[in-house]
Amino acid sequence: MVAYVIPGSIRQKLPGLFFPVLIFSLLLSRPCLLLAQESPYIVTYDHYLEEPGSLEVEYFSTFGTQRDGNDFHAFWTELEYGATAWWTTELYLDGQTTFHDSTVFTGFRWENRFRLLQREHLVNPVFYIEYEQISGADKIRKEVEGHDVESDYAASNAVLRKQRDHELETKLLLSSTFKGWNVAVNPIVTKNFLPSEPWEFAYAIGASRPLALKARPNRCNFCRENFVAGVEMYGGLGDAQSAGLHDTSHYLAPVVAWNLPSDWTLRVSSGFGLNDNSHRLLLHWGLSREFSGFGEIVGRFFGGRP
Amino acid sequence: MKASLALLRRERRIGVATIGIGVLGMSLFGIARALAQNEDMVEHKNEKSTYAALAEAPEKARERTNPFEGDRRAMAAGGKLFEQHCAECHGPKAGGTRKGPSLLREEVQQATPGTLFWILTNGVVRRGMPVWSKLPEPERWQIVTFLQSLKVSSKNDQP
Repeated sequence: MVAYVIPGSIRQKLPGLFFPVLIFSLLLSRPCLLLAQESPYIVTYDHYLEEPGSLEVEYFSTFGTQRDGNDFHAFWTELEYGATAWWTTELYLDGQTTFHDSTVFTGFRWENRFRLLQREHLVNPVFYIEYEQISGADKIRKEVEGHDVESDYAASNAVLRKQRDHELETKLLLSSTFKGWNVAVNPIVTKNFLPSEPWEFAYAIGASRPLALKARPNRCNFCRENFVAGVEMYGGLGDAQSAGLHDTSHYLAPVVAWNLPSDWTLRVSSGFGLNDNSHRLLLHWGLSREFSGFGEIVGRFFGGRP
Repeated sequence: MKASLALLRRERRIGVATIGIGVLGMSLFGIARALAQNEDMVEHKNEKSTYAALAEAPEKARERTNPFEGDRRAMAAGGKLFEQHCAECHGPKAGGTRKGPSLLREEVQQATPGTLFWILTNGVVRRGMPVWSKLPEPERWQIVTFLQSLKVSSKNDQP
């Protein structure tokens, strides 16, 4: 019904408006805030999960250059909830604007991460499983899999949207922290639910470190302890029918996170394509805020214990 | 006519997808909430055993000394870090909340700095305390310095 009330030009922009509206509604309902100590990675995962009962609301953007096509700005919202100290669950809502083309909602993802060991070890494994229902027009490029190459995204949104992907993605997140350094390695395996589609492989690796290891006694915005810098590299490794590096794309990205005492975290990552199959530039940036005690607040709303 | 039908179908698909996401989100939240409440109940029943986690620290970890022992700046920095990362569960004055135990209790105050550092690093994941190894080692020691500066209080001081 909405389709007939709202003029076409505005309707086209609705998916783009959805994310800011959602984020601002959540930010305005201000429960208790907690300073996050976020890693700077955009693609790679370390082994740290969301604190139990906390909700992290995140908005991310990807600006990508496109040879033989139009550059794009993809955006996504993440709602990340710490169900327990060993389980984090996350909902993604994706969209994108391709310049000189259109803005489209491209689908959703539901991600779960499970900590496998109770205590810290030299290498800490976390099992990651994600269900995604997205269209071929999804360009957030949060992961690069199989034989994903730049030319896959050159077509218009109208053409790309016809392709629907129902995929199950699994990752083993291996991560280690030593002397302030975090090193994370994520082997990735993805399966499209279509029987004809083969298993796809990918990788993401990252290393990062806070600029200062000791905290200052006073609250400060620009002190070095608030910044975490690093680098990540990610790309495809082919699929079960033709594994290897041929017809794959790879990126190297310096990353930085700024954890502000005012509870915001800003992340920037500039991914440079490493071969001719890669976009020349994938610029990611994101803003997030953590709300602790969110689970209790919603629980009370539904008549739980005071 | 054909175009309007196609548009109608598209809108219906978007509607179904939206409801689907909503139902999915609600069920997810329900499961998470049930699990979290279950953990809370276990915690209340076994409050004493929460402190038992302190005894699980290996000998080598217990014997570690605090490099910032008595350092006032480290104590203040630890207080700031405590407020940012720990107060939500353990209370602003470390007296405990429904989510986390009091750190003023004798069991904690008499624990060695190494034991507190070990607990901070490894968390008590099965009881809901996350690992805090994401904080650099000196920052964890600063928190330990702050915890040791808190006065020992009796069980009556519990909120």
